[in-house]
Amino acid sequence: MKKEPIIIAFCCNWCSYAAADLAGISRLQYPGSIRIIRVMCSGMVHPDLVLQALNKGADGVIVVGCHLGECHYLKGNEMALARAEIIADTLEDLGIAAERFQLVWVSSSEPERLVAAFRAMSERLRAGRTPEIEAKEAGQ
Amino acid sequence: MSEQAMIGSVLVVGGGISGMQAALDLADSGYFVHLVEKTGAIGGAMPQYNKVFPTNDCAMCIISPKLVECGRHPNIDIMTLTTVIDINGGAGDFTVRVLEHPRYVDSAKCIACGQCSSRCPKSVDDSFNIFMAKRKAIYIKYPQAVPLKYQIDPQACIRLNEPEKCGICAEICPPGAIDFSDRGQERYLRVGAVVMALGFQPFDPGKTRAWGYGLYPNVVTSLQFERFLSPGGPTGGVLVRPSDRQPVQRIAFLQCIGSRDKNRCNNEYCSTVCCMYAIKEAMTVKEACPEVEVTIFYLDMRTPGKEFERYFEQARTERNIRFVRSRIHGVEPKGQKGDLRLHYINAHGRQVEETVDLVVLSVGLETPDAMVRLAEKIGIHMTPDRFASISAFMPVHTSLQGIFTCGAFNGPRDIPQSVIGGSAAAASVAALLNPVRHSLTRSLPPPPEQDVSRQEPRIGVFVCHCGTNIAGVVDVEEVAAYAATLPQVAHVARNLFTCSQDTQDLMVQQIREKRLNRIVVAACTPKTHEPLFRKTLKSAGINEYLIEMANIRNQNAWVHSQEPELATAKAKDLVRMAVAKVSGQTARKPLRISIAPSVLVIGGGVAGMTSALNLAEQGYQVYLIEKTQQLGGNALHLYQTWSGEHVPRFLRELREAVQQHPLIEVCYTSTIVAAGGHVGNFTSLIRTGTNRKRTIDHGAVIIATGAKRYIPEEFEYGKIPKVVASIEFDKLHMHNETRVANGKSFVFIQCVGSRNRQRPYCSKSCCTHSIQSAIKLKKEAPDRRIYILYREIRTYGQRERIYNQAREMGIVFINYEQHGPPRIRKADNNVLVEVWDHVLHRPLEIRADMVILAAAILANPEAVALATMFKLPLNRDGFFEEAHAKLRPVEFHVDGVFVAGLAHYPKPLEESISQALAAAAKAGRLLSRKEIALEPNIALVDPDRCDDCALCLGVCPYQAIKLAEYRDGEGVLRKTVTVDRILCKGCGICQGTCPKRGIDVAGFTTAQLEAQLDAALEAAAPAEEGRP
Repeated sequence: MKKEPIIIAFCCNWCSYAAADLAGISRLQYPGSIRIIRVMCSGMVHPDLVLQALNKGADGVIVVGCHLGECHYLKGNEMALARAEIIADTLEDLGIAAERFQLVWVSSSEPERLVAAFRAMSERLRAGRTPEIEAKEAGQ
Repeated sequence: MSEQAMIGSVLVVGGGISGMQAALDLADSGYFVHLVEKTGAIGGAMPQYNKVFPTNDCAMCIISPKLVECGRHPNIDIMTLTTVIDINGGAGDFTVRVLEHPRYVDSAKCIACGQCSSRCPKSVDDSFNIFMAKRKAIYIKYPQAVPLKYQIDPQACIRLNEPEKCGICAEICPPGAIDFSDRGQERYLRVGAVVMALGFQPFDPGKTRAWGYGLYPNVVTSLQFERFLSPGGPTGGVLVRPSDRQPVQRIAFLQCIGSRDKNRCNNEYCSTVCCMYAIKEAMTVKEACPEVEVTIFYLDMRTPGKEFERYFEQARTERNIRFVRSRIHGVEPKGQKGDLRLHYINAHGRQVEETVDLVVLSVGLETPDAMVRLAEKIGIHMTPDRFASISAFMPVHTSLQGIFTCGAFNGPRDIPQSVIGGSAAAASVAALLNPVRHSLTRSLPPPPEQDVSRQEPRIGVFVCHCGTNIAGVVDVEEVAAYAATLPQVAHVARNLFTCSQDTQDLMVQQIREKRLNRIVVAACTPKTHEPLFRKTLKSAGINEYLIEMANIRNQNAWVHSQEPELATAKAKDLVRMAVAKVSGQTARKPLRISIAPSVLVIGGGVAGMTSALNLAEQGYQVYLIEKTQQLGGNALHLYQTWSGEHVPRFLRELREAVQQHPLIEVCYTSTIVAAGGHVGNFTSLIRTGTNRKRTIDHGAVIIATGAKRYIPEEFEYGKIPKVVASIEFDKLHMHNETRVANGKSFVFIQCVGSRNRQRPYCSKSCCTHSIQSAIKLKKEAPDRRIYILYREIRTYGQRERIYNQAREMGIVFINYEQHGPPRIRKADNNVLVEVWDHVLHRPLEIRADMVILAAAILANPEAVALATMFKLPLNRDGFFEEAHAKLRPVEFHVDGVFVAGLAHYPKPLEESISQALAAAAKAGRLLSRKEIALEPNIALVDPDRCDDCALCLGVCPYQAIKLAEYRDGEGVLRKTVTVDRILCKGCGICQGTCPKRGIDVAGFTTAQLEAQLDAALEAAAPAEEGRP
């Protein structure tokens, strides 16, 4: 069996990090290979950081911010959204599967949503995404 | 009283959560506090609890920071083992006679090493563990006690009873702290005001044999059960039967023991908290052992608080806890093995017998005799239920001016209500003693901070067990051993509760001794506990920002509770990541800016007006924003409180006081259209009725925007004129309109629009409201037939009295279930109401002259816009979500913004007023500081990397980044990127944008994030060759 995909989750301090705490309080369970890195805002995450994570061995990177219009810093998540497009383009250029990066919005009172996003990404990365398949995809 | 004669200090009697909150708010608002506690340590009842509802937070974890804060506050003098004998004088100047009982241990000398206790030969039953465990004659109340000083139990001590014997503790005590000659001494305290937070005691079910308590070992009280579940309890958190220490298979909770009972005891009132704590205890059991059968036998499940109904629903549907509506009158033994037999009448009216192996008695709350005597001696009026008599309009004022009251002494209540009460009492004191604010307080300069910038990192890692919250899942020993192997780690320690006072002291000591200059705390979440640890670093003489927390509880032990090995491995990763990040942490100095001494209060209902008036009395300028043309809000529709007080008169007086106060400016027909700034310096744009715009600067905000009423879509409302909502009925009733005047038969239908799938919450005040109306109708004409169709009657607290009164008057209460609501149709001139009668077990048809619908209270839809403007969360039902359901009930995670009244959740008038006072206390506490330290987590430019491309300028949401021109040494005009320290909020959007890594938010620098990333992926296989 392939081991659990390693996912780096950049969680913003105000919504998603709080939701991750609430997931604990609600005793929701999710895969143990997700590593949360707290950032002040999803807009703080530089595209380089995402690429670095994927290069250094992460199977996936998920950036989690507040819902659009609810950013603690007015428009940080809009910046994150704009950058996500750049990141997606870059991944395509580099031949990295698009599924390995995702941007998600979660409010501080939506731990279920956060956990669902974690699970979904983990399952998506695990389902058949063996290195062989990925290599083949990249070869096309 | 002349202002000069007032005393700027306050006596708080009772060191439970309510008293502690009052003490902290007062001490932070400029008053010196004497906190008097009758036992050897503060904390009250909360430290005995395992968890708290409805969040299932660990009780010790959330109270610990407050204990520590009280313990180290320079303006709180904690007097333990002290009782109040008498209070004389009047508002502004009281003389209090207190008796300090002997501790027999010199607190100044005791280092709490515990050698005395380990060698003490005398063991006695431990009252902290409700006599289910032993403690020594020399002891501390509980391991995290504040102050952490040993005390001798004079009843148990051998030496104190036989002067020539024992005395071992005195012989071995390293600092020589034992003093058998200690005598009690009386002291006189002069204070300007008194806060009575006298607390409660659990009902003693041993007073009668009916429940078998004290007769059969497997009958325990809910508090004993709480100790069984607690990691610090007699069984270390493992649930076993007291009789034979065997695992438990079937548990029965019996509700209303010592509450709602005039036969076996004289406690007519409902104790308010027992339904919720029973659900909590049942859930805790089910979480650990899903196969255990748990049944709760109840009269009405009273879960009217915020998020309580969902909790109840979760217990029933997800946790498979069985709820049986039946009062159990007796518990009998069955067989020889300790089993217990219960009889009850089931829903079909049949007598059923059931066998269980553990019975938990959900005991109620009552005021201890000694406290009643004290109140009587001082002259405080009490209710027939033996609680302090308070007006709904002045919910923290006793009958004596200058003496305030809060917590369960005001009637049974839960932790948030007690915390709110503590703050509300503080606000009332602050208004009274405003002229002498800061007259008796002192400020201690923090210890000098050593410069560690040139030192190599020496990291200390503190791994928290959090009772069993972490240690029950994660192998903490392994994590600690692993942490010791990490680079730059100079010291590793493990602690049962890292946030407790003793551990804080230990941390300070170890930081100094081991010359630690970076700290990692592997525990819970920085969102709640980082401020505490920062203060600890400060008192150890290192910069408070040299810390990082590894969240191994909320984001590890709790989310991987079924996979201990995985959780242990992840904990190691998280510690490694934190260590990697903390070594790049730099010392920072907060920026101090002055605070605008004014408050914006949004909403001119009772909550908003109460906050405004209190803050004005505290000497602050208030802008009260009301969107309509008149003050009063929803209370304009109310006629009386549950205890019969006249609302319109109160409202008129409050309105006049607000309108006449020189420091309050009321802005009618006004709304907030934009808000900016931050704690201490907000700027809001309001639009007035004449469509003019105006800018207001203010230091704090109180949101009191109220709620809306539900317009029923069911029960033929709007189609049959004789079917009305309760608010409309009140008006008709008031004017004795013909439908009411001629009516002979009235049917009230409860929970209309509440407690359903769409709105799974209880509107809290409707049961009481309908019963009041019913009583009034019946009093006017005793031959009227009145029916109340209910799902659960929730006359919590002393409101139970009017429920009893209604039944005694012959008002008929008929229970219906959610799946079988009453049916309504028009018949001639009347309305026919059909409902299933659960007592008679047949359908019942009532011909009603009027049907009154107790319609739900809905969140104000305008809350959404305000929430967005001030960056505040709303809960799933649209009400504002406070920072913490238990201990921060009026605050948000956004500093300087507070909430009160219906905007927070449906509640009766007295709770709105309490909460409004509490919000005023918080705003006042903030403004009294005059200046505020801004978080220094702001963007800093690295001049070596920045090439002045200015990409960051455009993305900054606060226009905090500017391109400044300067002339270099040779007089050439150059440009450079600069950051405004006040405008910058530290979001790091610039950091995410900069192509040169030239700008970083302190504490979250790119280098630090990379270090975390590298540490996180250290174990991961490096990218395979050729792998995309």
